[in-house]
Amino acid sequence: MTSQMSEDRTEIAYTADEMMTVSAARALRNGMTCFVGIGLPSAAANLARATHAPELVLIYESGTIGAKPGQLPLSIGDGILAETADAVISVPEIFNYWLQPGRIDVGFLGAAQIDKFGNINTTVIGGDYRSPKVRLPGAGGAPEIAASCREVIVVVRQSSRSFVERVDFVTSVGYGSGPGDRERLGLTGAGPQKIITDLGVLEPDPETLEFTLTGLYPGVSAAAAKERTGWDLAVAAEPDIIAAPSPAELDALRSFQRESQ
Amino acid sequence: MAEIVSLAEAVQRAIHDGDAVAMEGFTHLIPFAAGHEVIRQRRRDLTLIRMTPDLIYDQLIGAGCARKLIFSWGGNPGVGSLHRFRDAVEHSWPVPLEIEEHSHAGMANRYVAGASGLPFAVLRGYNGTGLETLNGDPGSAPTIKPITCPFTGETLTAVSAIRPDVAVIHAQRADRSGNVQLWGITGVQKEAVLASGRSVVTVEEIVDELEPRPGAVVLPAWTVSFVALAPGGAHPSYAMGYSARDNDYYVAWDAIARERDAFTRWLDEQVYSVRPGQL
Repeated sequence: MTSQMSEDRTEIAYTADEMMTVSAARALRNGMTCFVGIGLPSAAANLARATHAPELVLIYESGTIGAKPGQLPLSIGDGILAETADAVISVPEIFNYWLQPGRIDVGFLGAAQIDKFGNINTTVIGGDYRSPKVRLPGAGGAPEIAASCREVIVVVRQSSRSFVERVDFVTSVGYGSGPGDRERLGLTGAGPQKIITDLGVLEPDPETLEFTLTGLYPGVSAAAAKERTGWDLAVAAEPDIIAAPSPAELDALRSFQRESQ
Repeated sequence: MAEIVSLAEAVQRAIHDGDAVAMEGFTHLIPFAAGHEVIRQRRRDLTLIRMTPDLIYDQLIGAGCARKLIFSWGGNPGVGSLHRFRDAVEHSWPVPLEIEEHSHAGMANRYVAGASGLPFAVLRGYNGTGLETLNGDPGSAPTIKPITCPFTGETLTAVSAIRPDVAVIHAQRADRSGNVQLWGITGVQKEAVLASGRSVVTVEEIVDELEPRPGAVVLPAWTVSFVALAPGGAHPSYAMGYSARDNDYYVAWDAIARERDAFTRWLDEQVYSVRPGQL
């Protein structure tokens, strides 16, 4: 994945979070329809629209289709989304008419915990369900986004606590326990194609569907990525070195962040 | 037929201890003023229903109004956790909180079923998730079950209808007969009102005549029980055309809600010692 961006590479300093957001934005192609989750995915999707993908259609579960915010929305229901949308529809409609039939190209999700088959947990960590160690916000729109979008991209910071062998609770299904599970469960979308982290990019092995390190950011080692993974992370023979953020990308991202302060 | 009354009277007459109450508003038009009035009137043992129990339910739960929460996403949007909600689930403070948890698609369809007078709704959802298996937990009636399509044989998911005793929403305006109009992100409010036995609608203003607006939801007066004037009643969320979201409040809430003492002080100062109308 050595991109054309590499020619623009400069010495501008950037943070790991900025690299992650830029990397996630690049995964979205112009003209796609994208169901945008709250948090990191929203920043990346808006960055993509502000840079290389001006025709990206942003869809939020609050019922805004084709939102064109000029600044980062703090929440999925920010007024700026409704004011700039092509259509504002009810919540039952967004899920039933738009998401469920498979009209949407890519679901862009975050995670609190994710496992080697790309299953996502945003429900509870530790203890048991009725008396958890940590109570997380819960499912929101994610289970059906993960099931029904044509593909899914997950944006999440990498740590050995959040990247685990098996999630404590399956809120949203990736590949379940491995090959054949999505088909057996009747999940219509292709499932998670990329996990984009603050270290690099993981993609499912075509045979085993186990997430494998296929890309690293400049200056990040495969050993560091393995150390921050709670399972024995497989590494591609020659992971791509992903281009650093271009000045234009950093500029767009930082001006978004300044305006939403 | 809607009666136009004060907010205090609307809450007093519509919401009783032990009721199942749905306060809806998806990030927009959240009925905070009504929620605070429920806290002030010290309602107890409520089953609180809401897709996104954000700050408003953190406040009600922390104040000890709730016995059970039915929801699909409980966080402080754009900020982080709901600390009062977590304290109730993790440490039963101030009282234990039973939870019944769904996805947004599931909750939306449960309201649709309720509004449609059907016992359940059908969707493609939940397959392979842990939510589906919570169904079997002892003591809780199942609300998610597989169902076979009678035409194709495909296995789909049925979710049981939600039929709250009371729906509470905030809208931009009503006319003097109690017809209600809301616009912008209208979430699941129409379904919540139509699914419920009674309803309370707070509004930014009461006008002589509702001018038609593109994309607006209109709830005729005969579908609404009580209308109460509560300008700014969605604060810190927003009312499109009237007020902007107070993002600072959402950020500041994190510190207030994190500690029981700070929260209790907040309750005393910002809710119990405020009379409706002073908002």
